[in-house]
Amino acid sequence: MTDTSLDSAAIRRQRVRAGLSRRHLGERLFRFFGILAICLALGFVALLFTDVLRKGIPAFTQSNIRLEVAFDPELLKVDPAPEHAPGQSDADFRAARLGWERQVAMLNWNNVVEAALRNAAPAGFEIDSRQLLTITESDARHRVRELFVANPALLGQTAQVDLLASANTDNWVKGNINRDLGDSQQQLSAPARALIDIFEENGTITQGFAWSLFTNVDSRSAPASAGLLGALMGTFWMMLIVIILAVPLGVGSAIYLEEFAPKSRLTDLIEVNINNLAAVPSIVFGLLGAAVFINWFRLPLSAPLAGGLVLTLMTLPTIIIATRAALKGVSPALRQAALGMGASKTQMVFHHVLPVTFPSILTATIIGVAQAMGETAPLLLIGMNAFVASVPGTPIEQATALPVQIYLWQGNENRNFFEPRTSAAIMVLLAFMITLNAIAIFLRSRLEKRA
Amino acid sequence: MDMLAGKVKMTDQTLSANLDPADMIDHPIRLTARDVTVHYGAKQALHGISIDIPDRAVTAFIGPSGCGKSTFLRCINRMNDTIEGARVGGRIELDGQDIYAPDLDVVELRARVGMVFQKPNPFPKSIYDNVAYGPRIHGLARNKADLDEIVISSLRKAGLFEEVKDRLNEPGTGLSGGQQQRLCIARAIAVGPEVILMDEPCSALDPIATAIIEELIDELRTNYTIVIVTHSMQQAARVSQKTAFFHLGNLIEQGDTEDIFTNPVNKQTQDYIMGRIG
Repeated sequence: MTDTSLDSAAIRRQRVRAGLSRRHLGERLFRFFGILAICLALGFVALLFTDVLRKGIPAFTQSNIRLEVAFDPELLKVDPAPEHAPGQSDADFRAARLGWERQVAMLNWNNVVEAALRNAAPAGFEIDSRQLLTITESDARHRVRELFVANPALLGQTAQVDLLASANTDNWVKGNINRDLGDSQQQLSAPARALIDIFEENGTITQGFAWSLFTNVDSRSAPASAGLLGALMGTFWMMLIVIILAVPLGVGSAIYLEEFAPKSRLTDLIEVNINNLAAVPSIVFGLLGAAVFINWFRLPLSAPLAGGLVLTLMTLPTIIIATRAALKGVSPALRQAALGMGASKTQMVFHHVLPVTFPSILTATIIGVAQAMGETAPLLLIGMNAFVASVPGTPIEQATALPVQIYLWQGNENRNFFEPRTSAAIMVLLAFMITLNAIAIFLRSRLEKRA
Repeated sequence: MDMLAGKVKMTDQTLSANLDPADMIDHPIRLTARDVTVHYGAKQALHGISIDIPDRAVTAFIGPSGCGKSTFLRCINRMNDTIEGARVGGRIELDGQDIYAPDLDVVELRARVGMVFQKPNPFPKSIYDNVAYGPRIHGLARNKADLDEIVISSLRKAGLFEEVKDRLNEPGTGLSGGQQQRLCIARAIAVGPEVILMDEPCSALDPIATAIIEELIDELRTNYTIVIVTHSMQQAARVSQKTAFFHLGNLIEQGDTEDIFTNPVNKQTQDYIMGRIG
């Protein structure tokens, strides 16, 4: 009797031992695949980042041309700026001033820029006007004119002005253009290329941080001056609308559905629909937005208001689902404690459940908003891919958004110049995303520690 | 139920000092339950419970797991309302008032019938705020000094004040298990309830913390009607004056604790007390 039981115990041990090596092998394999998967994923992320950084970092420097601009009365045949004479009515003065500004605008400011360039070139350098003006960005004449309008006393004087080098000049200086190519394949003429080299040598052309990327709006005629300010403001307005609408609506409906709504067919249906909405492709929201907000409500095309509303619709399910998950995670003990004390349901939710879930809701909200910020497809459908060269002062003015600006620049014909710009814009967008996510993580860990 | 159901034999000293029937009337019936049934969905958890619970005494509900003693306890302050699919039938009266009457406000009921749960569940707030919460929501304190007074006296009654007086602003969740449970008792007392329900209040505590809570329950009995659900027959014997034995959703036997433990009438009660079922 004892022997047999000993035997059977030995047999059992042997069986267990026989299977051990296979079990351990399975575990090792699983670990190996896990590590492999993580390495692959991280590798791709690293690849993406290095590519974006490698391409984008050069776009954060710009080529400036420092010129001595002479406001030569010979070239600028213009009356003196009108003074506000005593006794003159404001309206009269404004009319006079407007007439003068019109006169100033009619002048050929290219001549002034050209003279300044020739002045900076070595004596006797042969180059025709058109070729010469390809060195500076085409907005140079506007800059010089604005300077003069702001200070009419400059007439007959000389001022030192920093102008943007043209996109081609910038590429040439940064070495993005193959110098061995023949004239027929070069955008810049031979004399212009030679002069740029001279300018670079004598310090007329210098490299500086590309502030224009953040202070200028988009531009097609003067690519070197194209900036993100308009897109940044457009994104700002949209995010403001998303935060104002999606957060209270999302959190409110999540609280109602989770805490107060009676469990019925209807609420089940609503729940299923919300979960499905989160999986709806974003371009569908764009179609909906175009149909409802633009065609029906007649909201202005390309306006951050319409964009913000579409993104709100898109973000709502994310926030509702995350908030409900957070509410579900609250321990029943806490609810019972509150109810047992005689707290009403509303008091239970607002005094106890919400404070505990606040970090999770906040994180979900920030991540939802960050997601909305990077959304492009729905914005294309409501016309936010329009070329807008102004800063939107209100949410109903035409605007573009950061991701849409990236899309637009990505499609720009001037590949050589806009590829780095696109990457730079991606870096700006990523910087916002990473900042938002970091804030979410920071707040979460901080609030959870305190709780 | 006979009228004697609420009359309670007093503690040992009262017994020894020639019990006068007049003393027994000191414990009028506070709570009466008649034919209380509870269904969870299709499953019936309680089959017609009828019991009288006397004032200023400890009534213990004992019985094996799943016998319905906690379910019945939760009927008394309508905590079953919060469970989806739970239906309560029958009639429970507190001081003659039907607590399931449609015009009765459950919030008011719970202010009168406090509850202490199995696992200590202080709010994730400071010790002070834990105790002050009830008086605050029910508007019991006129000013800050009033509130301080209520908090301190509640903590005193729960025997916790001396241990926490220097750290009232620290989180209640940082206390030990036994202290947390006493904090929960203080929290319940702070509202000034008439009845305190305790659902296995010591099952998550070590023996020393349990002993402290049991002493506390014995002290509280002079001011409150206490109903305690317990797994431990020793605990029921130590702290209660009346005992009710539940089995499979039925109330098998009820009476004075002494009688139940020394001379149970029912066979099942006998088996349980002898440790044969449970």
